[in-house]
Amino acid sequence: MYPSRFRYEAPHSIEEAVGLLQAGDGEAKVLAGGQSLVPLIKLRFASPELLVDINDLPGLAYHRADPDGTIRVGALCRHADLEGSALLADRQPTMAAAAPMVADPIVRNRGTLVGSLCHADPQGDWAAVVTALGGHVVAQGPGGRRTIPIGKFVNGPFQNALAYDEIAVEAVIPAPGGTPAGGYLKLERRVGDFATAGAAVAVETSGDLVTRAGIALTGVGGSTIDAAEAAQVLVGRPLGAEVIAEAADLAARAAQPKSDHRGSAKYKRHLVHTFVERILTRVGDTTERAA
Amino acid sequence: MALFEEIAAEPSEPVPVRRVTISVNGERRTADVEPRLLLAHLLRQGLRLTGTHIGCDTTNCGACTVLFDGKPVKSCTMLAVQADGHEITTVEGLGGASELHPVQEAFKDEHGLQCGFCTPGMMLAAKALLDEVPDPTEDEVRWALSGNVCRCTGYQNIVKSVLSAAQKLQGQSAADGS
Ligand SMILES: Cc1cc2nc3c(=O)[nH]c(=O)nc-3n(C[C@H](O)[C@H](O)[C@H](O)COP(=O)(O)OP(=O)(O)OC[C@H]3O[C@@H](n4cnc5c(N)ncnc54)[C@H](O)[C@@H]3O)c2cc1C
Ligand code: FES
Ligand code: FES
Repeated sequence: MYPSRFRYEAPHSIEEAVGLLQAGDGEAKVLAGGQSLVPLIKLRFASPELLVDINDLPGLAYHRADPDGTIRVGALCRHADLEGSALLADRQPTMAAAAPMVADPIVRNRGTLVGSLCHADPQGDWAAVVTALGGHVVAQGPGGRRTIPIGKFVNGPFQNALAYDEIAVEAVIPAPGGTPAGGYLKLERRVGDFATAGAAVAVETSGDLVTRAGIALTGVGGSTIDAAEAAQVLVGRPLGAEVIAEAADLAARAAQPKSDHRGSAKYKRHLVHTFVERILTRVGDTTERAA
Repeated sequence: MALFEEIAAEPSEPVPVRRVTISVNGERRTADVEPRLLLAHLLRQGLRLTGTHIGCDTTNCGACTVLFDGKPVKSCTMLAVQADGHEITTVEGLGGASELHPVQEAFKDEHGLQCGFCTPGMMLAAKALLDEVPDPTEDEVRWALSGNVCRCTGYQNIVKSVLSAAQKLQGQSAADGS
């Protein structure tokens, strides 16, 4: 299908892009990887008047770690860059596990992590990962930059907290206090399908104790679910079978799945339980061996 | 150009058009396009390169896969204006009927196609893999092609074709090296 008619600009600086959004007065949309937006405009679910293509903005394709361990992912860093990332493989197991599970390899060549956060699909994988990691988004508008915690950034299904004249320039994962561990598990019916259910688990350990934990769920509610209560029971304790089971129970209870063509609500809740238990057990085994 | 009349019949306001220059299969092509024109449509209708197929409206099938600066992308999910200044390779750029690319030859020899609808996309995704990983494992082949759907073959012969193409290409580069 053909999209309806729109104007197109490909600015070369963030300031210029923000100016275009401002002039667009709410009728303009940012185009990043286009892997969610282009299908939407083709099906005419969205008909923006102006597309501001950010692919020519210089210096946003990075993902890197600051000296203190803070990880920054620029707005033009593609899923494929993260899938092949030595940095993540080395330092951020939850992100490293999620990257190859997003969409399919060809979509991953274009789609971006930041675009995925902006799109705020309840079935998007990155929002759950960044939530579990307690990350935030840096937005730039006419008045400069501001930082928005992920829990406030994704504020509903397909809704984010950006003003119409703001661009998300990077996603930030705070420096870990302990040793980062964790993972991401997702059931999909076939490659490129969205999650039947998914769980992101991110913990930090010191010795055999958990010092920080985050658990977030994909595809089992109207929005990404932050299973904070489940994560909280882990903190200050070693990862034994009992506490793992407790966290998995609480995570399954935090899920709000609906029965649909991908599976029944009961089944999805069971998946969440299994995923959380599986990831934590694996982490527990590793920390025990290391300690 | 016929295409642009077709999708923009009798516009009431002036239609925004942008001039793009794209290297398509090594040749510089210039066109005036509406921003909403998809790259797949420019290739098929504007440039008459109908080897790029369109099999879905939801970015799922991969029949429209082309190489964008060497990397596979779904050309139905990219605007033609976004290709301005970039390099596109379509299946026509792999090789013609008289001189097949080793990937094409392998698909022919190993029966990697039946109806052929998915084949251009499959071969371009395969070429991109082999450019990066000359000697892939079967798993790596399956992984790299997992964004391309085939309704006919059951994939077995496609995977065989790509593995065989890898051998052909490696044989070639060994011969070139000596
Ligand atoms: C076949 C297929 C399968 C998929 N499967 C999955 C999957 O399994 N899991 C998953 O998580 N995703 C999946 N996706 C979606 C994919 O991950 C997208 O890449 C992602 O959702 C959006 O990123 P993008 O860069 O392509 O953004 P775009 O499509 O360019 O934009 C999406 C939205 O975000 C806005 N936006 C983007 N970037 C910015 C920015 N920097 N500042 C302000 N606004 C911005 C746009 O205006 C638009 O509203 C799939 C997509 C396809 C086509
Ligand atoms: S035509 Fe199906 S993915 Fe492009
Ligand atoms: S050969 Fe027919 S779709 Fe693949």
